Amino acid sequence: MSRLVATAALFAAISLPAMAGEIRIACYSDGNECEATTELAKRFMAANADVKVVIDQMPYKAILESLPVQLAAGQGPDLARVTIFGPVMKYFMDLKPYIKDPGYWEKSFGAVLSWMRPDAKDKGIYGLPTQMTVTSPIVNKTLFDQAGVKLPGANASWDEWAAAVDKVAKATKTPYGMAWDRSGHRFAAAAISMGAKYFNADGTPNAVDDGFKAMASRFVKWNLDNTVEKDVWAAAGGGYRDAFEEFANGKIVMYHSGSWQLSRLQKQIGDGFEWQVVGNPCDVACSGMPGGASFVAFKDSKNPKDVGRFLDFLADTPVYSEWMAMTNNIPAHAALQKGGVAYKLSPAGNAAVQMFGANAAKLSPVAYQLQGFPYAGAMFNPTVDRLSQAISGQITLDQAYGRITSDVADALAAAAKK
Amino acid sequence: MSGVDRLAGGLYAAVMNLPERPMRWAQGHLRDGRLGWLFVGPNLLVFGLFSFLPIVIDVWYAVTGGTELLPGNRPFVGGENFATLLRCSDYLDANSCARDQFWYGVWNTLKFVGLQVGFMIGFSLLTALVLNRKIVGLGFFRAAFFYPVLLSPVVVALIWKWILQREGVLNAALQGMNFQGENWLLDAHWSFFWTVFVSIWAHMGFYTLILLSGLQAIPRDLYEAANMDATPPLRVFWRITLPLLMPSLFVVVVLGIIRAVQIFDEVYVLTGGGPGSATTFLVQYIYTTGFAQAVREYGLAAAASLLLAGVLLFFTLFQLRGMTKNAR
Repeated sequence: MSRLVATAALFAAISLPAMAGEIRIACYSDGNECEATTELAKRFMAANADVKVVIDQMPYKAILESLPVQLAAGQGPDLARVTIFGPVMKYFMDLKPYIKDPGYWEKSFGAVLSWMRPDAKDKGIYGLPTQMTVTSPIVNKTLFDQAGVKLPGANASWDEWAAAVDKVAKATKTPYGMAWDRSGHRFAAAAISMGAKYFNADGTPNAVDDGFKAMASRFVKWNLDNTVEKDVWAAAGGGYRDAFEEFANGKIVMYHSGSWQLSRLQKQIGDGFEWQVVGNPCDVACSGMPGGASFVAFKDSKNPKDVGRFLDFLADTPVYSEWMAMTNNIPAHAALQKGGVAYKLSPAGNAAVQMFGANAAKLSPVAYQLQGFPYAGAMFNPTVDRLSQAISGQITLDQAYGRITSDVADALAAAAKK
Repeated sequence: MSGVDRLAGGLYAAVMNLPERPMRWAQGHLRDGRLGWLFVGPNLLVFGLFSFLPIVIDVWYAVTGGTELLPGNRPFVGGENFATLLRCSDYLDANSCARDQFWYGVWNTLKFVGLQVGFMIGFSLLTALVLNRKIVGLGFFRAAFFYPVLLSPVVVALIWKWILQREGVLNAALQGMNFQGENWLLDAHWSFFWTVFVSIWAHMGFYTLILLSGLQAIPRDLYEAANMDATPPLRVFWRITLPLLMPSLFVVVVLGIIRAVQIFDEVYVLTGGGPGSATTFLVQYIYTTGFAQAVREYGLAAAASLLLAGVLLFFTLFQLRGMTKNAR
């Protein structure tokens, strides 16, 4: 029902004809991004009376499933907050002619702008990153203290972490050691640490290699021996699911998620227990996965100049800094990453921001390459579906590897037909 | 008669006579037999636009490939999508098929239809027979059995998810009675059982109502005559009730099968098709392939939906034939 309502809302919102000087934005929130953008938009409209910014807030699933259909029908919004670019990339509008200083954008957001480009040759600017995210484990430090177990060191491996959280869970009678968001992106973060390359030397995709298998076999085993909460991946089919509620309710010791949870950590847990963001476990690498949503512009926009003006306003360093502080997001702005965002966070929140930053600095080049691959989703989705089948005993791990490989090949073949 | 009444009467007559002129014109200008088209025209237009045209578009998508949404941009691939779906080395083993998820969907759907329809009709018939007797609280029981039908499928699924999840109501109750809880939605067999159970719970009220009306239409004098002959109750059921209930039972069977083949909403919310693909049904495969994958394969989804439509068409024609036979 909620999906139907969301789809109807999205359809209604973006089917309305744009008026002169009106910008419609399809927005979803990880925390309070749409509300914060609405606040800033009011300020923009006060200074630019000829432009009306309308923000239509909707669930993430509506952006994933309904936006591509609306864009294909030529009924899309002017801007949308998008995190998986591949399915909507062909509708992107190059903002270069409409923004004041493309050089400033390149200098400030260059590392993330390339994710929105179809290939390395393309130099267009298609959107404004609304955050920079990095996957990281978050632990319930209180449970570690209660169990009298020390946090594993900065370079501890996934196996060491699994052993430690298992020990804590048993000592404190916590149901599970870990939970991972049901997401191929989160799995990739761990697999890259284990040495997964995701691409051949010539750049062609290769989802399953020895590093991938090393992580997959561990992950399935951990699900079967209750080190990892099985319900998140195996009991729920049908796509993404996060495990934040399990963490917030003290049912797991370690939660493999990322920096976008900061607002919820602050708001929902607060000082309910001591939580701590830790470094990504190290094996071959100590990598997580980067990511983040961007406001991308679409070429069917009737008001591209106004879109450019609004994004220029948001991209301006002081405004962008304020925006990041309002949303507790890590900036994708190179200068602000070095400091300069005046967050209003608790001591745990401030420590978390520092650790997210440190984890971002250790990201493997493979992680950036994978995040920038337009069909990364075609690798992530089969990973989740097939490993879930392996966890529930429907297929063997070897069958899962074969199926992931063929699913990726089928998806890329379908995409190649255009 | 007051002035207001006269005015209202005049207005009413004017409104009612509005079609008079165009009708006279149509009768004068249209030849015999053509006038009917004028009446069915608006309905045909709506049907054509919202039912027939989507079917034509669906067929076009099924014979075209790629990921483009607009029909004109899609390359023609003929029967390739059907061939891809049907490519298997052993149709009984989904894992041997090129698109294993489609075949998991097919076999799960068949299993679901057999179990759900069979049990649901059995329970509905039993319930209707009980509700057809003079029992205490008859109105309450009739309402109680029909109540779930009024709930949205999503609400039904959320209620049962709340009951069945690991720390749900059912496990809490079991543990309260010193029994061990079970991972109802984590075990493939239990998960399938609960999808069937929840679906029966949600829909049997509707079918019970149809059967109850069928039971009430059976002439009472037949039962009185049987009573006078001291006919045993089981014989009354087999010789009077069941034969005379057959038309209603036939409708219930066909409607139940059609509804079961289309199962999606409740199961999608309750289990999401999991664990693994244990409760992935055909409609969920179509939805996922067409709308929830990173690379959307509209052609495959359309081909699968046409295969499903074929099955539904078969049952619909079967029902129509049966109803015509009964009417005669």
